Amino acid sequence: MLKGVKLASILAVASLALAACGSSGTTAESAAPTEPAAAAVKVGMAYDQDGKGDGSFNDAAFAGLSKAQADLGVEIKEVNSGASATDATREELLTLLADGGYNPVIAVGFAYSTALAAVATKYPDTTFAIVDSVVDAPNVGSLIFAAEQGSYLTGVIAASASKSGTIGFIGGMEIDLIKAFEAGYIEGAQSVNPDIKIESKYMGAAGDNTAWNVPEKAKTATDGMIANGADVIYAAAGGSGLGMFQSVKAAADGGATVWAIGVDSDQYTVPALAEYKDIIVTSMLKRVDVAVYDVIKAVVDGAPLVGINNFDLSKDGVGYSTSNSAVSAFTAAADAAAEKIKSGEVVVGTTVK
Amino acid sequence: MNLRRIGTSLLAPAIGLFISLAATAVILIVIGASVSTVFSSMWNYGTSPRAMSLMLNLATTYFLSALAVSIGFKMNLFNIGVNGQYVLGALAGAVVASNLTLPTIASLTITLLVAMVVGAAWAGIAAWLKVARGVSEVISTIMLNFIAIGIISYIIVRTSVGTETSLNVRGTKLIPESGMLRGVALLDPGTPIYGFFFISIVIGIAYWFLLNRTRFGFDLRATGKSATAARTSGVQSNRMIIVTMLLSGAVAGLVGLPYLLGETGTYSLQFPTDWGFTGIAIALLGRNNPLGIALGAILWAFLDISSGQLILEGVPREISTIMQGLIVIVVVISYEIVRRNQVKSEQTSVAKALTKQEAKV
Repeated sequence: MLKGVKLASILAVASLALAACGSSGTTAESAAPTEPAAAAVKVGMAYDQDGKGDGSFNDAAFAGLSKAQADLGVEIKEVNSGASATDATREELLTLLADGGYNPVIAVGFAYSTALAAVATKYPDTTFAIVDSVVDAPNVGSLIFAAEQGSYLTGVIAASASKSGTIGFIGGMEIDLIKAFEAGYIEGAQSVNPDIKIESKYMGAAGDNTAWNVPEKAKTATDGMIANGADVIYAAAGGSGLGMFQSVKAAADGGATVWAIGVDSDQYTVPALAEYKDIIVTSMLKRVDVAVYDVIKAVVDGAPLVGINNFDLSKDGVGYSTSNSAVSAFTAAADAAAEKIKSGEVVVGTTVK
Repeated sequence: MNLRRIGTSLLAPAIGLFISLAATAVILIVIGASVSTVFSSMWNYGTSPRAMSLMLNLATTYFLSALAVSIGFKMNLFNIGVNGQYVLGALAGAVVASNLTLPTIASLTITLLVAMVVGAAWAGIAAWLKVARGVSEVISTIMLNFIAIGIISYIIVRTSVGTETSLNVRGTKLIPESGMLRGVALLDPGTPIYGFFFISIVIGIAYWFLLNRTRFGFDLRATGKSATAARTSGVQSNRMIIVTMLLSGAVAGLVGLPYLLGETGTYSLQFPTDWGFTGIAIALLGRNNPLGIALGAILWAFLDISSGQLILEGVPREISTIMQGLIVIVVVISYEIVRRNQVKSEQTSVAKALTKQEAKV
C-alpha cells in the first residue's frame, strides 16, 4: 500500500521536473495580485454534480453570484461536487470552503442537505445557505421556492397560447420537487381551459441521476408530444431541457406553430440557447439569483439571512419572463392569475391530482 | 525468476503511471494551469490526515466493487451488473438494519448477509438467463441495472419504506446507531476510517485464498483460461457460471455498505449508482489480483478526493477524471507490451539453450 503511494510521489516529482521547462511562461498570470476587496467578504459557492452550464438552475445561482461580485465587490470561489459525489465528498468540499475563510458558503441543490447540516455545526461562525432544502441550524439560511406558483402562470400562458388544446410537460427526475412544477402548470392550464389535454413525461425515475442530462431523451419525448398534437411544451428538466428546445425548434422550422417554455433562468436570454430563442415564448423564473444575492448582501450588511426563506410570488421569488415580446398577448391573463395567487384567492397545490 | 516476475509486474503500472502523469502535465500546460502547483497541491492535500481518511473510505468501496468484477473476469464472465446488485443490496441492507434493534454484532451480521443474498440473487438472474437461455451476461446485467434503479425508485417513492428525511430528500428511515459501523478515527479525529475498511481486507484475503488455494478456485481459473480444456477435465461449466455469478453478486451486494453503515445510515435517492463501473476500471488496473486491486482502488480514490482541492485552486476537477482514464489505458497497454517482451525473451533464452545443446551434440 505505502509502496504504491511512494512510487506515485516519485513519479509525480519526476514528471514535475519534466514539465517545469514547459510551464514557465504560464505561471505569471496566476500570480497576479488580487484586488483588496473593500468588504473582504469571500463567497464560496458549491454546485452539485457538473454544476454551471445548464443554462437553467445552476446558471441562475451563478447570475446572483456574479451580480454580487459586480455590485458588492465580494471575492468569489466556485466549486462543483462532480459526477459520483457522496455525502462525504460534498461535506469535504463545504469544509474546504469554510476552512478557507469563505463566508457565506452557499450550497446549490438539495443533495447538499446532509453534508451542509454536518459542516454548519462544525463552523458556527460561518453563514451557510442551501437552495431547495431546509437545514435546521442557527447559521443556515434555507432558500426554498414556490415553483408551483410560477408554473401556474406558465400553465395559464400555455393554455392561452395553445390552439390545439394539447400541451406538454417535460420533467427531469420524477421527484416531489419537480412534480410541484407539473402540478402548478396543470392547474394553471386548467384554470384557462378545463378540458385541456396535458401530456407529461419524466426523463428519469427518482434516484436516476442521469435524468438532468439526457437532452436526446427529452428531444424524443417532445417529438412524440408534438406528434400527438401538443403545441406548447414546458420543460423543468435542467440540462435535459435543451432537447425540448431542439425538438420544438425543428417543428417550428417545419412550419408548425409551436412554443417552448423555459425554466429557472430566463432562457430567452441565455447565450448558449440563442439559436432557440425565437420559439421560447417565456420562462418560469425561479429566482435563485435573487435568493443568492440576498444571502450575500445580508452577510455584507452584517445581518445574515438565516432560517427558512420562502421565495414565492408575493416576494417575486418566482414568476415568468417577458423578454420575448411574443408573450405580450398572454400577459394580461397571467398577471390576473398572479394577483389571485398573491391575494390568496387561488392556492396552488404541489401535487398532481 | 520470481524476482524478475515481480519486477515486470511492477514495471507496467509504473510506466503507466509515469506516462499518464506526463500526459496530464501536457494537458495542464495547454489549459494554462501551473503544473507544479497542481501536482504539489494535489499531493499536499491528498496526504493530509483528513484527505487520507476520506481516501481510504472511498477506496474500501472501490476495492469491493473491483473484487466483485474480478471474480467474474477470472472466468471470462463480464459482470457489468455490479451497479444493480449493489444498489439493491444496499437498499435491502438499509431496510433490514433500520428495523433491527439488536446488539451491533448481530445486527451487522444480518445486514451483511441480507445485502449479500440480495446481490447474489440479482446476479443469479443473469446467470440463469445465460445457462438456460444463452443470454450474454453483458446484455442481461446492463438491463438489470436499469431495472434495479426502477425498482428502488418505486420502493422509495411509492411505498411506506421511503420517508422524507429532510425537504426534497427521500430515503429509508435512519438505521439506529447500534446497527451502524462507523469506524475508528485513526488518522483524523473528525473523520473515522470505516469499520468496513477492515472487513474488506478480510474479504480480500478470503478472495485470494479461494482462488489460489481451493479446488473451486482452480476450476474457476482453468475455465477462464480455456473453457474446452476445463470441460474435458471434468469441470461442469454451467455450474461454474452460476456459482461464479452468485459469488460475484454476493460481493457486489456489499459495495454500498461501507458508505451506508459508515456514513449515511439511510439509502436515499442521492445514493451513488455508478460504483460498479469504477470497479471494472480498477479490476483492469489491478489485474484481478487483490493486492493490485487494493493499490488501484487507493490510487483511484486519491485522484477523486484530491480533485476537490483542485477545483478550489481554479483547475477543473475533470483533470483527475482524465488522469484516471489515462492511467487505465496506458497501464493496460503497457502490461501487454511487457508481457510480449517477456514471452519474446523467454523464447530467445530457450532457443539459445537449445542451440547450445545441439552444438554440444
